[in-house]
Amino acid sequence: MYVQLSLLILFLPLLGFMILIFKGKKLSGKADWLATGLLSLALVFSLVLLVLKLTGSPDETLTYVFNWIVFTDAMLVGSLAIEFGIMIDNLTVIMLVVVTLVSTLVHLYSMMYMKGDKHYERYFAYLGLFSFSMLGIILTHNLLLMYIFWELVGISSYLLIGFYYEKKSATNAANKAFIVNRIGDFGMFIGIMILFAGFSTFSFGALFDSIAAGQLPFGSEGWLTASGLLIFCGAVGKSAQFPLHVWLPDAMEGPTPVSALIHAATMVAAGVYLVARMFPMLTEDALLIIAYTGAFTALIAASIAVTQYDIKKVLAYSTISQLGYMIMALGVGAFTAGIMHLITHAAFKAGLFLGAGSIIYAMHNVLHDQHDHKTDAQDIRNMGGLKSKMPVTYWTFVIFTLAISGVPLTSGFLSKDEILAGTMAFSSLNGHWLLPLIGLTVAGLTAFYMFRLLILTFHGKPAKESILNGIKESPKLMTIPLMVLAALSLFFFYSINPFGAPGGWFYSVIERPMSIVPGNLQPAGHELFQDAVKSVHAMVMTLSVLIAAAGILFAFTVYQWKRVSADQLAEKAGVFYKGSVNHWYFDKYYNQLFVDGTLAVARILHWFDVNIIDGIVNGTSVMAKGVARLSKWIDTNGIDGLVNLTAWVSQGSGKQLSKIQTGRVQTYLVYVAFSFIVFILLFNRI
Amino acid sequence: METTLQWLASPGLPHFLIISAMLFGLGLMAVLSKRNVVMVLMGVELILNSANINFIAFSRFTDFSLNGQMIGLFVIIIAAAEAAVALAIILNIYNRFKTINLDEVNLLKG
Repeated sequence: MYVQLSLLILFLPLLGFMILIFKGKKLSGKADWLATGLLSLALVFSLVLLVLKLTGSPDETLTYVFNWIVFTDAMLVGSLAIEFGIMIDNLTVIMLVVVTLVSTLVHLYSMMYMKGDKHYERYFAYLGLFSFSMLGIILTHNLLLMYIFWELVGISSYLLIGFYYEKKSATNAANKAFIVNRIGDFGMFIGIMILFAGFSTFSFGALFDSIAAGQLPFGSEGWLTASGLLIFCGAVGKSAQFPLHVWLPDAMEGPTPVSALIHAATMVAAGVYLVARMFPMLTEDALLIIAYTGAFTALIAASIAVTQYDIKKVLAYSTISQLGYMIMALGVGAFTAGIMHLITHAAFKAGLFLGAGSIIYAMHNVLHDQHDHKTDAQDIRNMGGLKSKMPVTYWTFVIFTLAISGVPLTSGFLSKDEILAGTMAFSSLNGHWLLPLIGLTVAGLTAFYMFRLLILTFHGKPAKESILNGIKESPKLMTIPLMVLAALSLFFFYSINPFGAPGGWFYSVIERPMSIVPGNLQPAGHELFQDAVKSVHAMVMTLSVLIAAAGILFAFTVYQWKRVSADQLAEKAGVFYKGSVNHWYFDKYYNQLFVDGTLAVARILHWFDVNIIDGIVNGTSVMAKGVARLSKWIDTNGIDGLVNLTAWVSQGSGKQLSKIQTGRVQTYLVYVAFSFIVFILLFNRI
Repeated sequence: METTLQWLASPGLPHFLIISAMLFGLGLMAVLSKRNVVMVLMGVELILNSANINFIAFSRFTDFSLNGQMIGLFVIIIAAAEAAVALAIILNIYNRFKTINLDEVNLLKG
């Protein structure tokens, strides 16, 4: 039952992709309904699966495997089976619902947003391909398939970022996303290969069993740490963690619903999901590095988001920052909190993007009607005062903003609070006080920049009255997904108690898996951690609410009531402001270091080719020419000379000798007589 | 003086050889220096005769018995034949070159 359902969920979007990519144009405008219908079907099945799993067998991990390739006599390992398999546990079913739900909503939304696009059918085909790949990542039970689906989401992301391929910036962004992801994926591949070399299997279960039995890759824990970190590299790429975060802001070149689905809710969360899947085998060192990576990412991304003006860029950096939060949560061991944040974030960040899409849609329509092609539809400086014109968008946006800022009664509060408590507990146990500090700072920054965005977009005076007058609320197809997501951003979907997630259903179905790394302090450390979380919880909650309130208040002071001038603030911040506006120069230096570096290497190679290789070739020919000249010279002077010399010598000697031949018999006789005398004298001597 | 007279009074092999050598020298002289072919031919006869004297002297003073005389006769006969052939050649030369001066007959000059 489980396996049939999960396979249906997995292959319905693929079916949609197949039909649309080959027959899309012939469906005469019904392509969108087909894709959306298939996805909604998958959503229904996912919900059924969720209920079945959580009520039926909540503590089991169900695995269904069939052999894909079987080697009876593989080199070095003997018999080896590479498997296709499905693994269903609580995390899987919840993720299935999240992905199908967001995907369905985005499908619905896109039917309006993308209407009239040249490649409308293809857009939905790509969405289907993406959904299929993402569901594959969630369902698979082994690393190899995970890697395959990992690359498939990579390519669908590439296709969708570059969807407006007539725009140079879009294709550049698509290339950038793909190439940057490749770097992470390369590390992931090496990590997988280390594990495979050590254990001759790809499946999570078998890997974890071997490690739990005390077997380590190449017999050392260092290799286990290395493989964990290398696999984490994949997550760094896909989840846009420092230092590979640079692709995500550029990925906003894609259509906005795509940003909501792929670059906010699901694909970028795949990295977090991967870390969660690998969690049991991550060593303490690896987890610490993961935690600090996440924390650092959260901090720099939040600091950049504060100064951005492009509505989607703000949201993109905010996404990076929140992903950093999740990674940090997993790193410190606040597993459930991290996963919960992944899910709550999926809802409210998808909502924020769709809300931004709704605004952009409205702005774009107005600008289009006014034949204004200079004003940027995405720049929040061109907006303002949209509150009255777009009430549904506004109120849902408010809920999302409250959720991401971590205001009580929202889903974001529940998960963020738990993450902060986790970092605090971690620091109280290990003394890594930087992590909760960064966590709280980022919470404050998040509240500030989100309310800055909200106020600049919806409140205050419009930049141009003419634009505001033309703005209309988006159609139902776009607002309904917003409302659904806004509802899902409230607390009661995750926990009955609005001030404590651990009592809710989510904490009972998603539990932190026991570490299987030999030498880890589990399970005693786990208990200690839980106790620490409980003891700091109240304090952290107060602190986080206060900080969020401070951030919100500050945003209102600066942008709503204008008590403090934003420009003056920027001036005072000096270096920090400049760095933040310029994304801390990552793009600039990456460009100089890697792009220019590559170009320089290419140039050097070109020079090497032109001068050395061609030089060698030309040198060879010059040498051959020289040798030919030399042998020609030897021929004409040496060989011919010898021949001529012979001739000359014989000629000369003949000439000389012919002088003896006088023709006179008597002379000859003289010679004869003379030589006779000489002979006689000679021989007489003897 | 005594010994010289003694030496002259009783001729032995050396006397003949000396005579022969002088004759050969004269003959050779004639062959090499005379322009006229006939003179050269006569020189050749002298050389042949000096050889004959040698043959006979050696025959006389050694124990070759009469072999020397026999060869001497043979040489005389050959010389007669040679003279005949040579005179014929000389006639031909004269026919061809209208001269019998040897230095003018140098067709084989290199």
